[in-house]
Amino acid sequence: MTTAARQRAPVTAGRVVSGWQAAMLVVEGFWTWYRRSWRATLISSVVQPLLILLAFGVVFGSLVPTSAATGGVPYLDYLAPALLAMAAVQNAAVESTWPIQSRFKWERTYLAMVATPITSGQVLAGQLLWIAFRLAFSGAAYLVVIALFGGIAGWGAPLSLVFATLCGMAFAAPVVALAASVQHEGNAFNALFRFVVLPMTLFSGTYFPISQLPVWGQVLAWVSPLWHGTELARGAALGTLAPLPALGHVAYLAALLGAGTLLARWRFAKRLEV
Amino acid sequence: MSVLTPPDVGDRLPGPGRGPLLRILPAGRYAGRSRVLVERSAMVSRRVWLTIVSGFFEPLFFLLALGQGLGAMVGGSLTGPDGTELTYAAFIAPGLLAASAMNGAVYDSTFNIFFKFRYAKLYDAMLATPLGPVDIAVGEIAWALIRGGLYAAGFLSVMLALGLITSAWAILALPAALLVAFAFAAVGMAATTYMRSWQDFDLVQLVVLPMFLFSTTFFPLSVYPRPVQIVVECLPLYHAIELMRGLTSGAVGFGLLGHLAYFLVMAAIGVVVASRRLATLLLR
Repeated sequence: MTTAARQRAPVTAGRVVSGWQAAMLVVEGFWTWYRRSWRATLISSVVQPLLILLAFGVVFGSLVPTSAATGGVPYLDYLAPALLAMAAVQNAAVESTWPIQSRFKWERTYLAMVATPITSGQVLAGQLLWIAFRLAFSGAAYLVVIALFGGIAGWGAPLSLVFATLCGMAFAAPVVALAASVQHEGNAFNALFRFVVLPMTLFSGTYFPISQLPVWGQVLAWVSPLWHGTELARGAALGTLAPLPALGHVAYLAALLGAGTLLARWRFAKRLEV
Repeated sequence: MSVLTPPDVGDRLPGPGRGPLLRILPAGRYAGRSRVLVERSAMVSRRVWLTIVSGFFEPLFFLLALGQGLGAMVGGSLTGPDGTELTYAAFIAPGLLAASAMNGAVYDSTFNIFFKFRYAKLYDAMLATPLGPVDIAVGEIAWALIRGGLYAAGFLSVMLALGLITSAWAILALPAALLVAFAFAAVGMAATTYMRSWQDFDLVQLVVLPMFLFSTTFFPLSVYPRPVQIVVECLPLYHAIELMRGLTSGAVGFGLLGHLAYFLVMAAIGVVVASRRLATLLLR
């Protein structure tokens, strides 16, 4: 290498970006991949909740009389916003398990990122922002399809999308922390899906009010982020959201998101910083 | 060319002492040792026991949550196969039994087989031994059935404990679940031999999920208009559910033999296509 080249190198390569800019560079990296392969995610993230809505909301709903249990609205209207929250949690679970592990272990994308001026905390921020974007995007696609069928009306729908995304992130952050700690594939994620995600989607008031569960089931539902997300999304869509409970649900989800982020930040630093 | 028979082929040639299957099948495709595949699967599953055990809980969660909660939404009971009233939990339980037989068989015979076939190169290694493609097909399907049988037996015990079984015929639901799982596994395995990449597995989802949701698992056929009913009546899971619901509620008639015949035909087609395709793919 000539002396001139060695002197020039730092000038061209050493452009240090600010914190948020760095996180957005991480997001841009994921977006570049997603732009080419979004079709592959469409079936699991959008078609699946729509099929559930058709089966339970429309077909099963024809057997359900409108009553106090359905909040005084047809079963389809009762179910649609809850499925938005459920899809957000399911997509969050998928996005924050195997892909995260793969970026540590197989693709080693994170290791490549921290070899640049981007820090491990910025990588995590970019990753979480990207998951939030994915959840919002899939949820918006689901809402557009329902709106075309006349399933939602009014301005409550975008608000329930915001709540559903918050709910998904409240679950994603701790799971990202878990995925950053898991060294081997095998039992951990399968157990998470079977013993946490699946029961959560069934016992969190999506299909029926949790007051129909026994007391232990209700206690479990209070812990579940999906129940809080469902209450918020449904309340916003049906216009029955009271300010004080809403504040409580948002506070719980925000606390979970914050705690999960701190935990994940610790795990990312542990794994990426030498 | 026949003079150049490799020395080890002599081991695979059907001798007079071996069974008829060995004499019918082309030489080298079946060594009668599929049990070693079952042994291997059992050894591997010891390391992922939590995953294996968790398969039992999936239908149980559905039963506990939806049987309770959704049942109250429809007023507690639905009309069973022979016109009697069934509680909602007793209505969906046989449906969930059939659906879990399908889900388990399909995922085992698609995702797992594809991984072993394409990435782990497991079958290539096995074919370097005296094992043939038919040994592999039989061994893998046998393991899937053992696993499916354990799940079905566990779920039937839970149904019995919750008082959701009203007939002694329910004992036949176990072999019926095995036949259903066998048919789905055979067809799933045949389909897997046509898969090109993981992206194609979205198609598996696209077949299995709507079938699970719309094949009268959660509601009776009568909710559909007649044209849709005809479509649903063509689906394999519909026949599986009718079979299970008839057996667990005691509504047994000759109609059940029709459902049984459906799965016998499905299994036969699946096995023939799967073993032919495996032979062409593996013994090129």
